[in-house]
Amino acid sequence: MHEPAAGAVTPAYSPVASSVEAMFREERGRLLAALVRRFGDLDLAEDVASEAIEAALTHWPVDGVPPRPGAWLMTTARRRAVDRLRRDQAYAARLALLQVEADRAGPTPPVDADGDLPDERLRLFFTCAHPALAAEDRGALILRCLAGLTTPEVARAFLVPSATMAKRIVRAKKKIREARIPFRVPDADELPQRLPGVLQVLYSIFTEGYAASSGPDLQRPDLAEESIRLARILRRLLPAEREVAGLLGLMLLVHARHDARTGPGGELVLLDGQDRGRWDRTMIEEGRGLVLVTLSGGPPGPYGVQAAIAALHDEAADVTTTDWPQIVALYDVLLVLVPSPVVALNRGVAVAMRDGPRAGLALLDELAAEPRLRGYHPYPAARADLLYRLGRFPEAAAAYRQALDLAGTEPERAHLRRRLDSLGLS
Amino acid sequence: MKYMLLIHSAATTEPAEGAEPESESFFQDWQNYDKAVKEAGIWVSGHSLADLTTATTVRVDATGDRIITDGPFAETREVLGGYYVIDVPDLDVALDWAARCPGSRNGGSVVVRPVAEFDV
Repeated sequence: MHEPAAGAVTPAYSPVASSVEAMFREERGRLLAALVRRFGDLDLAEDVASEAIEAALTHWPVDGVPPRPGAWLMTTARRRAVDRLRRDQAYAARLALLQVEADRAGPTPPVDADGDLPDERLRLFFTCAHPALAAEDRGALILRCLAGLTTPEVARAFLVPSATMAKRIVRAKKKIREARIPFRVPDADELPQRLPGVLQVLYSIFTEGYAASSGPDLQRPDLAEESIRLARILRRLLPAEREVAGLLGLMLLVHARHDARTGPGGELVLLDGQDRGRWDRTMIEEGRGLVLVTLSGGPPGPYGVQAAIAALHDEAADVTTTDWPQIVALYDVLLVLVPSPVVALNRGVAVAMRDGPRAGLALLDELAAEPRLRGYHPYPAARADLLYRLGRFPEAAAAYRQALDLAGTEPERAHLRRRLDSLGLS
Repeated sequence: MKYMLLIHSAATTEPAEGAEPESESFFQDWQNYDKAVKEAGIWVSGHSLADLTTATTVRVDATGDRIITDGPFAETREVLGGYYVIDVPDLDVALDWAARCPGSRNGGSVVVRPVAEFDV
C-alpha cells in the first residue's frame, strides 16, 4: 500500500497521494490561516502551505506520518517562508512592519482541541468575506482558502473559465494586500454587523450549488456539500452564535431532500412530488437538533427561522399534513426580520396551502409591482400554479410562459414546460 | 498605512423650503469629527474644498496647448467636497473613521482609498 513512489511518479496522480491530498483539504485551510497570522501575507502563506503539503506528500508515504502532522507542516512551511524572505529583503521588511501591527491587533487564540495547530481560521473567514471585497469574489476566496479547493476547481464549481476565476482571485488578493484588509476577528461589538456577511457568503455558495446544478459535470465539486463543510467549521469556531447553527441547520434540512429532487430521468421534482423515503434522515435529525439551538435562548435570527420552516417540511409525511399554519406564522416572523418581496412571495404560497389558492393568489397579486420580483421566475411560476389550481387555465398558461422566459437552469425550464403542456393549451 | 477619505456630498439641488443644511449642528458635527481625527493622532492632512462653481479644469493637448475650462459642474450625483488623509493600521480602522465622518450621512458618501506606497 505505502509503496514508495518510484522517483518519477508525480505525487498528485498516485492513488495513495490523492487520498492523502483529500485528507489535506481541511488541514490546508488551517495551515494557511496559521501562516497568514504568522506572516501577514496571503500570497506567501499560500505558496509555502502548498510547498509544505507537497513535501508531506513526498515524505510521509516513505517515512510515515509524524506524530504531530500539523506542527510538521507548519514548521516546514515556516522554514520555506524564512528562506524566501532571506532572498527578498525588501519584501521581508514590508512584512515585518505588517507583523508588528498585527501583533498589536489581538491576542493569540487557544490551540484547537483536535489539532496541534492554533486554529486561526476564523480570521480568514472574516477577511475572505470582507464587505470591501466584490461580492462575487468572496465565495471564491473562501472556497480556495478555507475549503482548500484549487482555482480550477473553484472555476468549475461556479461554471466559469479557469482563467476568469484566476483573475478574480488575483484581483481579490491584490485588494486584501494593497488596501490592507486586516486578518482579524471583529470585536464583540462589531460581530453582529460582520457575521451576517460571512453567513451570507456561505449561504450563497450553498444556493449556487443548487442554481448551477445543470450540467452533467461529474468533476464539479458539490458546492452544497462544500458550504455545509464550511458551515461546520464556522460552527466549531463560533459555538455560541446561534445564527451559525441556524445556517448549518437550514443547509442540512434542505440538502437532506437533495436525492429526491431529481426523478429517474434527471427531471426536477418539487417538494409536493418528492418521494420522502429518499430524504436523508440522518441529515434531518442533525438539522432538527440545530433548530432547537437556534430557537432557544432569545429571539431567533433569519437563518434560524428559515431552518425551522425547513424542519416543518422535513417532519411532515406529505404536503397535505404539513403544518402550514405554523409555517405561515414563521414566515410572519421572517418577514419582520427580512422585509423582502421574496419572503412575502414564499409566505403567500404557504398561505395558499393553509387557506386555499384564492387567498394565496390575492397576496401574490399584491406583489405584482415589486421591482425585485420582475426578473424572478419563481414569482410567475407560483402564480401559475395557483391559477391552475383555481381552474383559470389560460391565465395559468400565460404565467407559465412568463416564468419560462425567465427560468435559468434546464431542469427548471423542463419542469415549467411539463406544467404548461399538462394544461393542453399550447 | 495612509488612506485618503474622499468626502462626497449629494449634489446640491435646490434646498427644500426652510431646510438649513448649514445649520449649527452641521458645523458642530464637523468640528467634533475634525477634533476627534486630530486627537486620535491619525491626521495627516485634510481640507474642505470651496464650492464647485469656483472650479477650473486644465488639459494640455498633444501640441502642448492649454485648454482651460470653467467647471466641471456636477454631472454626477455626488460632488467631491473635501478630503482627509489619515494614517491608521488597516482598512477596518479607516472604514470606521469614514463611517464616523459627517460626510457619509444624509445622502453623502466617503470613498476610502489607500495612498500608494512606492518602494524606493
